[in-house]
Amino acid sequence: MDMRILGRLTAADALPFYSWVAVGGAVVTVLGLLTIVGAITFLRKWRYVWTEWMTSLDHKRIGIMYVMLALVMLVRGFVDAIMMRAQQAVALNSTGYLPPEHFDQIFSSHGTIMIFFMAMPFLTGLINIIVPQQIGARDVAFPFMNSVSLWLTAAGAGLVLISLVVGRFSTAGWTGYPPYSGAEYNPGVGVDYWIWAIQVSGIGTTLSGINFIVTILKRRAPGMKLMRMPLFCWTTLATSILMIFAFPALTVTTALLALDRIFDMHFFTNAGGGNLMNYINLFWIWGHPEVYILILPAFGIYSSVVSTFAAKRLFGYKSLVYATMAIALLSFTVWLHHFFTMGAGAGVNAFFGIATMVIAVPTGVKVFDWLMTLFRGRITFHPSMLWALGFIVTFVIGGMTGVLLALPPADYLMHNSTFLVAHFHNMLIPGALFGYLAGYMFWFPKAFGFTLDERWGKGAFWCWIIGFYLAFMPLYVLGFMGMARRMERYEISAWQPFLLIAALGAVVILAGITCLVIQLVVSIRKRNEKRDLTGDPWDGRTLEWLTSSPPAPYNFAVLPQVRDIDALHDMKRHGSVYVRPKQYEDILLPINTGAGVLIGGLAFVFGFSAVWHIWWVAAAALLAILATAAARSFRDKTEFCLTGSKVQEIENRHFRDLAREGVL
Amino acid sequence: MDACNLIRAPILHPAGPVALAERDLLFTAVFVMLVVVVPVFVMTFLFAWRYRASGGRGRYTPNWYYSGKVDAIIWLVPALIVVVLGYLLWTETHKLDPYRQLVSGTEPLEVEAIAQDWKWLFIYPELGVASVNELVFPSNRSLSLKITSDTVMNSFFIPALGGQIYAMAGMQTRLHLLADKPGCFRGRNMQYSGHGFPEQRFAVRALAKEEFDAWLSRARKSPEKLDMAAYRALAAPSVDHPVSYYSGVAPRLYDSIIEKYAGKHPE
Repeated sequence: MDMRILGRLTAADALPFYSWVAVGGAVVTVLGLLTIVGAITFLRKWRYVWTEWMTSLDHKRIGIMYVMLALVMLVRGFVDAIMMRAQQAVALNSTGYLPPEHFDQIFSSHGTIMIFFMAMPFLTGLINIIVPQQIGARDVAFPFMNSVSLWLTAAGAGLVLISLVVGRFSTAGWTGYPPYSGAEYNPGVGVDYWIWAIQVSGIGTTLSGINFIVTILKRRAPGMKLMRMPLFCWTTLATSILMIFAFPALTVTTALLALDRIFDMHFFTNAGGGNLMNYINLFWIWGHPEVYILILPAFGIYSSVVSTFAAKRLFGYKSLVYATMAIALLSFTVWLHHFFTMGAGAGVNAFFGIATMVIAVPTGVKVFDWLMTLFRGRITFHPSMLWALGFIVTFVIGGMTGVLLALPPADYLMHNSTFLVAHFHNMLIPGALFGYLAGYMFWFPKAFGFTLDERWGKGAFWCWIIGFYLAFMPLYVLGFMGMARRMERYEISAWQPFLLIAALGAVVILAGITCLVIQLVVSIRKRNEKRDLTGDPWDGRTLEWLTSSPPAPYNFAVLPQVRDIDALHDMKRHGSVYVRPKQYEDILLPINTGAGVLIGGLAFVFGFSAVWHIWWVAAAALLAILATAAARSFRDKTEFCLTGSKVQEIENRHFRDLAREGVL
Repeated sequence: MDACNLIRAPILHPAGPVALAERDLLFTAVFVMLVVVVPVFVMTFLFAWRYRASGGRGRYTPNWYYSGKVDAIIWLVPALIVVVLGYLLWTETHKLDPYRQLVSGTEPLEVEAIAQDWKWLFIYPELGVASVNELVFPSNRSLSLKITSDTVMNSFFIPALGGQIYAMAGMQTRLHLLADKPGCFRGRNMQYSGHGFPEQRFAVRALAKEEFDAWLSRARKSPEKLDMAAYRALAAPSVDHPVSYYSGVAPRLYDSIIEKYAGKHPE
C-alpha cells in the first residue's frame, strides 16, 4: 500500500497530456464547471441555489435535479459516442485521430456514463417527481435519504467527469472484466475511477430503491389499492425491488475487485486461485436485472402517455401488471445469457436460453396491450406520443434480435460483435431513453408550470429515430461481417461504408440533441405564452394532474379519495374533482438540510482519495460521512408545520387560476 | 492473409457444417418471430392512422378496455412461439455444443490454441510443430481445438467455420470445427484485450491433403524450436506478430501454461 501523503498522485501522471483530444475534453469540462459557478456568482444566486435547491428535501426538486444531471451526462456520453463513430469511420488501415489509449477510455466511459449517470438519474428523477403525486402522497417516505441518494449519484458522476482532467478513466469497458481490469494488467488509476464512481452512486441507487418501495407501499392515498395504481407506479415498484436486490451484487463485486487491486487479493486474478468466472457471473446477476431497472420505468411512462394521448383507458391493466411483475421476477433467471461462450454445458446454456425467451412473452403482451389501447382511441400526436409509437416499432426489432441472441448456437456467432452492440442499443435507446424523453415532455409542465414547445419536440423525435436507424442498422450488418466490438482500427475495407453510415447517424442524433436544447431555450423564453395554470394540460387521467403546476410543496392540500383506476378521470366523470374543504388542515413538511450535500461531497472526496491511494484523506472522509449521518440522526426537529391558513392562502391562488382558466 | 479470397459476410456464407447449422437456426428463428413482428408493425401504423384525432375514420370507444379473447390471444401466441423456439433451442444447443466431437470419416486433428498479448499460438501435438497467427489443417479432417489463454480473457472465433468460445487462463475450453472444402478464412480474438486487440487476428487455411503435407514439411524445416525460453520471448506483448513456425515443441508445453495459473501463487 502506498503511504505517501498524496498517494500516487503526481502532476506528471495526473494531467491528460497523452492526447490533445483528451486535453480538449479536460478544458471543456473545467470551463463548463467554471461557467456554471461563474454564472451563479454573477447573478448572485448562490443563496437561492443553496436554500431552494441543493438543500431541498422536496421530492419534486430532487427529481428535477436528478433529471438535470441526467441531461448534462447525456451530452457528455453522446460526445463520447460521436467520437467513437468518427474514429471508426476513418480508422481503416490507420490509427485514426484518437490515440489508442484514449479510444479505450471513451468506450468505457460512454457505457458507464450512459447507464449509471444518464439513464439511472433520469429514471430516478422522473420517479421522484411523479410517483408520489400519482399515488396521492405528499412526499416520499424518507425525504432526507432521498437527498443523500441524489448527492451520492452526483458524486459518482463527478468522479467520472474529473477522471478526464486528473488522471485517466478505465479502458476495461463498462463491464470491467478481470483479469484485464486487475492490477496486473491495469495498474493505473482508470479502473479505480470506474470502481469508486460505481460504488458511490450504487449505494445511492440502493437507497433510492428502498425509498420508493416504502413510499409506494405505505404512502398511498385512501382508496388507492395496489391494483388501482397507475402503471408507472407498478413499474417503479418492480424497478425498486430490482434495485435493492441487484445493486448490492454490483457493490460487492466491484468491492472484491477493489480488494484484488489494492490489497493484492485473488478473487478474480489469473494467479493465486482467482477466477474471472466468478466476477462475470456476479456482475451479470446485477447486470441483467439492471436492464429491466432501466426499461421498466419507461414501460410505465409509455403506458401513461399512450392512454392519455389515445384518450382511452389502458387496455388489459391487469395483464400489464402481471407482465411487469413477471418480467421483474424472470430478470433474475437469465444472467448467464451474457456469456454463453464461456464453455458451460449444453444443458446449462439451453436452460438460460429458454428462460431468456420466456421474458419475451410478457414483453410481447405489453406491446399488444399498448396497441389495443390505441385501437378505437382518439390519438393526438403530441411529441410524447411520437416517442411511444417510435418505441413500439423499433423495440420489436430489438426484441427479435434479442431472441436470436438467446439461442446459444446463434449467440456463438454474434457474441462480442457489433450485432450485440446494435441489439442492446436497440433495446436501451427506444426502450429506455425514448421513454424518459417522452416522460420529460409529458411531465415538464407539471414540474415547471409551462409546456415545452411541440414543434422542436417533434423535430427532436424525428432526428433521434432516423439517426438511430442510421447509426445502428449498419452495426447489425457489420456483425454478420464478423466485426468485433471495441475496435479502434481495422483493415477490412468492406466495413468502412457501413461505419460511415453509422457516423452519419450519430450526426443526425446530434441534430436531435440540438433540437432538445433549442426546445428548452425556446420554451423558457416563451414561458408566458405556454403557461399552464390548470395543472392539467393534457386532460390527464391520473392524480399527478390534480395538483397545481408546479405543485405546492405538499402536493395535495386534501388527500384525494380514490375509487378507480385512472383516479382523476374517474373524478372528472363524477364531477368530484376540485372540491374544496371547509377548512384546511396543518401539514408537516421536511426542513431543508445541507447534510445530504455534505455527505455527497465527502463521498466524492473519499472516492477521489481512494482512486489515488491517499488513504488518510479517504479514512477521514469516511469517518466524516458517518459523523454527519450520526449527527443528523440526533436532530429531533426535522419537520416544520405549514399551518392550515397558509395552506388555504396557497390553495386560494390555485383555485383563482383554475377559475380564470374556466376549469371550475 | 494475402491471396485469399476472403468472404465478406462470413456469418451469412458459412464454409463449414457448424457455422451453417448455426446460421440456419438464426434464419429459422427470424421467420418464426415475424409472426409477432409483422402484426406489430401493421397495427402500429394502421391504428395511428385510423384513430388519429384529426380526421381518423375509426370508431372511438373510450371505455372499452378489456376483452378476454384478445387477452388470451396476446398471451398465447407469443407463448406458443416460445414453445416452438424453445424446443428448437434445446435440440440445437445440444447438437451444436462446441465440446461435441464432429462425426467425419477420419480422426480429428488436434490443435492446442493459446491466446497471448496480442497473437495466437497454435501447437500441433501429434505433428510436433507450432505456428503463430496461422491455423492450418487438412480440409477433409475435422479440427479438435483445446483453447486457453496466457493473458487476459480472449474469445476465439473463426466466423466462417463456427461460433466462438472464450480463452481463459488456467482453464481449457474446447471447440470442434470442420471446413467443407479447401479455403482461406479469417479468425480473431473477439474479446477486447488491450491496445493490440484490433490486430489480434489470424489466418485460417483448410488445405487439400498434398498442400497440407507441403505446409507441414515447410514448418518442420523452421530453425526455431519452441522451448520454454522461446515461449517466454514469444509470450511478451507484441502487436501484429508475423506468421512464424516452430519445428519442435517442448513436451507438455500447453499443459504447463494452464497449470501455472491453477491455484498457485505466482513465483
